[in-house]
This record gives sequence, structure tokens and C-alpha cells, in this order.
Amino acid sequence: CAGYPGGRGSGSETGGRSEADIISTVEFNHTGELLATGDKGGRVVIFQREQESKHQPHRRGEYNVYSTFQSHEPEFDYLKSLEIEEKINKIRWLPQHNAAYFLLSTNDKTVKLWKVSERDKRPEGYNLKDEDGRLRDPSMITTLRVPVLRPMDLMVEATPRRVFANAHTYHINSISVNSDYETYMSADDLRINLWNFEITNQSFNIVDIKPANMEELTEVITAAEFHPHHCNTFVYSSSKGTIRLCDMRASALCDRHAKFFEEPEDPSNRSFFSEIISSISDVKFSHSGRYIMTRDYLTVKVWDLNMENRPIETYQVHDYLRSKLCSLYENDCIFDKFECVWNGSDSVIMTGSYNNFFRMFDRNTKRDVTLEASRENSKPRAILKPRKVCVGGKRRKDEISVDSLDFSKKILHTAWHPSENIIAVAATNNLYIFQDKVN
Amino acid sequence: MGEEEGLHQTQLLDTMFVRGLKRKCFDGEEDIEGTLAGIKAIPSYNLQRQSLLDMSLVKLQLCHMLVEPNLCRSVLIANTVRQIQEEMTQDGTWQMINTQSTGQTSLDRLVSTDILCRSSREQAEGKQVPGYSNFNKDFEDDQTQDSSETMSTASSVQAPRNLQSNVWEMENPQENRGNFQKSLDQIFETLENKSPNSVEDLFSEVDNSYYDLDTMLTGMMSNTKMGHCDGLETFSSPTTTTSNSNCKSDLNELDHIVEILVES
Repeated sequence: CAGYPGGRGSGSETGGRSEADIISTVEFNHTGELLATGDKGGRVVIFQREQESKHQPHRRGEYNVYSTFQSHEPEFDYLKSLEIEEKINKIRWLPQHNAAYFLLSTNDKTVKLWKVSERDKRPEGYNLKDEDGRLRDPSMITTLRVPVLRPMDLMVEATPRRVFANAHTYHINSISVNSDYETYMSADDLRINLWNFEITNQSFNIVDIKPANMEELTEVITAAEFHPHHCNTFVYSSSKGTIRLCDMRASALCDRHAKFFEEPEDPSNRSFFSEIISSISDVKFSHSGRYIMTRDYLTVKVWDLNMENRPIETYQVHDYLRSKLCSLYENDCIFDKFECVWNGSDSVIMTGSYNNFFRMFDRNTKRDVTLEASRENSKPRAILKPRKVCVGGKRRKDEISVDSLDFSKKILHTAWHPSENIIAVAATNNLYIFQDKVN
Repeated sequence: MGEEEGLHQTQLLDTMFVRGLKRKCFDGEEDIEGTLAGIKAIPSYNLQRQSLLDMSLVKLQLCHMLVEPNLCRSVLIANTVRQIQEEMTQDGTWQMINTQSTGQTSLDRLVSTDILCRSSREQAEGKQVPGYSNFNKDFEDDQTQDSSETMSTASSVQAPRNLQSNVWEMENPQENRGNFQKSLDQIFETLENKSPNSVEDLFSEVDNSYYDLDTMLTGMMSNTKMGHCDGLETFSSPTTTTSNSNCKSDLNELDHIVEILVES
């Protein structure tokens, strides 16, 4: 069955309908042990998976809050008289090298490297200061002792280790850690910059599509990502529905692409909204590095890196919206940026839709399922029931008609555990975690 | 526009744009029924397209009002506007609309949104200054703006564009395109050089006094930053003269304004 029975709704309750609690990004770390969320208020909340316990097998691997910190604050650009939102646009984890965890978080303008570390022991018995930290008078010390580490309540602290600022004129939409683990890139609407983790006062500009005359601007960068294995290769997508693959070995400024992916337009579907709905909102390499997946307004496409002229697979996310494009243009929903994710084995892809629906497509069996992330419709540990949208004609009992869809309930951000069938779905200010049912 | 009206309109538009069919030429139509349907659909298609154009222009204004415009959204909307305008120019509807009296109201609406966009910033400062002088003023205020850039941008603003309903009435489609392009360009320039915004009066009723020459002149007079020379320069950057009577009346008004400036 292509569906994933196993519902365990875990709401991240953050009281009330505060806009600051709207989740703006979700990301598992490389082992899946940690799950980070960023929100509109600039906060990062990290969940940690519980160790599996023989005593409580049914509580297999629940995620609980591990750390919460304020990553970004609202700022004011005095030169332009503009506010800079503190909303976290993206979080990306670094691979783990020691006991501490590192992640990058970014708002529209500034990227920060955060170190999240545990402290469960405390040194006691210093010679030169007492337990409160006050200095002792050296003349009063008659004996020497060796400080010992004593256990304390676990404390998780997050400290900003690097701040990468002042490199972006436009809004940052993507960050991507390179496979060399020494560099990463940040992409805004018109430029992509390459950073070294150790150096914060310098970055290299590797892509610049700003026209000399802003009046000629017709295309912007919408997303970018490094290849998972080849540290010289990256892709970026555009608002015109194209993807460019660039090789950093070719030149310092990668304005000329190595590959250009574009699907020819279907003339029978042409309308004034064609360009808008072709704008790519997310691009992701498969774990294998052989494919890229792109999300535009109505579809998800899988491309083979070796074939530039069309995608190898196209999945309709919510084609019933095609007849509603004008309304969606009027209420701005047509500009919603949905993300897409691969599962660990690249066999299933997932993306969000409206009415708190999200969709999964099995690339092998070609089956797909629509599920809903809402408390009203799923109890904890209940199996999720597949949903169906009725496109016209007779509506069956548990179907929902297109006109009844709630467009304010959109699932833009989802994440898939790197190796297991555990998914995280952000529905406005609630986080849902679903996993496969055992036995 | 009442909310119900708006909904109704977009529902119509949805029906219109269901298959995204462009209006086909009558020649070489393979399907007779399709042709007939096409003929019947022409007037409503144009109206719907016009409506989409209006909506898009309002959206672009909204970009001005937001704290920081989303560049991707602005670019996509601007591209849509260009697309509509190109199609309207190609099939001659642009001129058709100009000569129809019924089209006048929609043009005014277009114009009003244009002026509303540029002058709403001035409204916050209690001035009713016409577009071009706003533009100069913004650039002079903007300290990051390089003076040469200011001058070159200022000179690209053409005076007749600010004469209310005459904005879109340039008979030459090329000029339409040029003026239109300049509107879009201006929008992008302002997107780049953001200045303090005011969100009040965003959707206030169009003040018909905008269409008053008097109001405009008053505004010009009170704008002390713009010297008379600048005003004259702006006015003297010519639009191509055409033989059309509408354009002639524009020029007459221009002369009138220049006279007043010189006299003061």
C-alpha cells in the first residue's frame, strides 16, 4: 500500500493563533535523531527522538523538544527604511563530527551557524573560586584539591558560532551545505554566494543574474542546492521554470550553466498564468545524486541529470486547481511556495497542498495518496485515512469538493527521515510527525 | 468594488481562463462551432483580460506598500502585465479601447491606480504631488541614490504620462508600449530603491481631484525641491507628436502648464 498507516499526531502547541508561531521550515539531521523547525518569529525548536525502550515499545522513537532558542531578531535597514523579517527561511544541518550538533539557519539577509551542545556534568571543587564563582582569597587556601565532574540536570545550550551577514541585497531563499563540509552556499533572488564556514567577512559570488538595468529583470532565482556527492556541482531553479546545473571548476563566476533543464511548453495549456505556475518553488537532489526533483505550482517533476529536454516523471499534485487559477491569482495563493522531499531510498516523493493535505507519490508502483494533517481528522496513533478531492459531478460521502478546500491551510514544508519512514509535516503553526505503524 | 462583485468577477475569469485559450483568429478555423463560440466570446474575453490587467496593476502597487516587496512575485506579476499588454497591442484592442467611450472608465481606473501608486507616498506627507515630481523627490531623498542615476531616471519620466486620462491615450502602439514599459520600469526602480511607505489610503476611493489640472498644479507649486528648471526640463522631454486630436489637446495642456510655470 502506498499510504503510510501510522498516525501519530504530535502537535507542537504554541498557544493561540499567534503569527510568530507559523512554522517556516522543517529539517531532519543526517541521522534522523534530531528534527529542527524554524518559525516566523525567528525561533528554532529542535526535537530529539527518544531512545527506544524495551519497557515501552509502543512509544517507539517519539520526538520530544530538545532545545529552543531565538535564532534571528527583527532588524531594521536604516538605509532603505525597511524592516528585515526575523522569519527563518531555511535550516540545514551539518554532519556530526563530535558530541555537539551544528546547524545553519537563515532569514532574509543573514545566515548563522549554531552550535547545540549538551551539558550534563558540572565541575566542582575549584581551588581559586568557591561554588558561587566568587574568588577565594589565595592566602586563605590551605589545601589543594582536584576539581571533579558531578552530574547535573541535562542542559542543552545553543550558541551562535558564526554570523554570515551583509552579503545579500535580496532575500535569501536557500542555503545548502557542500559535500566537502567546508563550504556552503546561500542563494537570494538574483545572486548565489559561496562561503567557507570559518570565514564570515568574505564570500564568493558564484552566480549573478542581476541585469545591468533592473528594468530588464524578468527572471529570478527561486532555489539552489549542492550535489550530494560532487562538491563542484550545484543546481539552481528559476521563476521561469528552468533549472541550471553549474560546475564550479569551469569558472569562478558560474553564469554559464553546464546543463540547462527546461520542458517545452504545452501549447494547449497556455494561459496568462502559464509562466506563474511554471515558476519552480523548490529543487532537491535525490540521495543518489542521479536525479533532481522540482516543484512548481501544480506538479512535481523528476529529472534525470543526463536528460535536459524534459523530466522523466511528472506528478499532478492538485490539477483540479487549474480551472481556479484566476481566483488563486487574486488571493495570491498562486504564489505559494511549496517544498518537496525524497524519502531515504528515493522511491517515494512527498509534497504539500491546501486544506492541510499532503501528497505522496511512489515512483515505482506509480500509486499516490492524499493525506490530511489535522487534529480533527486524526487522533494520535490512529491510522491516517486517505483523502480524496472530488472534481465535479457526484461527490461521494467522504470526498471533499474543490470549492470547499480551505486555502488558508497550506502545507508548504515537509521533511522525511533520512532512513526510516517517519515524516514531519508543518501545518501552519502545528507540527505533525507520522511514522509507519509497527506490527 | 464590493467583495461579492469581486468574487463574481473572478469566477467569470476562472471560466474564461479555464483552458487558457487565446482568442483565435477567424481565418483558418478548423471548427465552425469553435469559431462561433470564439466570436461570441470576443467581447467578454477582452473585458476579462482587461480585468486581469487591472488586478495585476493593483497587485504591483501592493508591492510598493509592503514592507519589503517579494521580488519573485513582483517579477511574475510584471511579466503577466507585459504579456497582456503585448497581446492587446498585437490584436489591436489597445487602440480599440482608446476610441471607445465605454473603455474610458477602465482606462481611468488604470491611470488612477498608477497615480495612486506613485503618489500614496506623498499622501503620507500631506502632499498631492503628481507622479513625476514624486519620483524626483524620492530619488533626491534617497541618499543611496547616485546623482547621475537620479538625473537619468528623472529624464525618462515623461510629462504627458502624468496628465491623468491621457496616459494610455497615446495613439501609437509603440508609444503605448514605451509609456507602459516605463511604468513597469518605474515600478522596478522603486522596488530597488525602497522608501518609507504608508499603508493608509491604500484602497481609498480614487480622489477625482487627481484629474484636476488645478490640483496637479497646486502640487507642483508646493514642491519646493523641484526647481522651475527641472519642471521645464521634464515638460520639454517630448513625446512624439501624432496627428490625433487627443494628443493635440495634451500638447495644448502642456503649453498651458508651461506658461503658468514660467509666469510664476
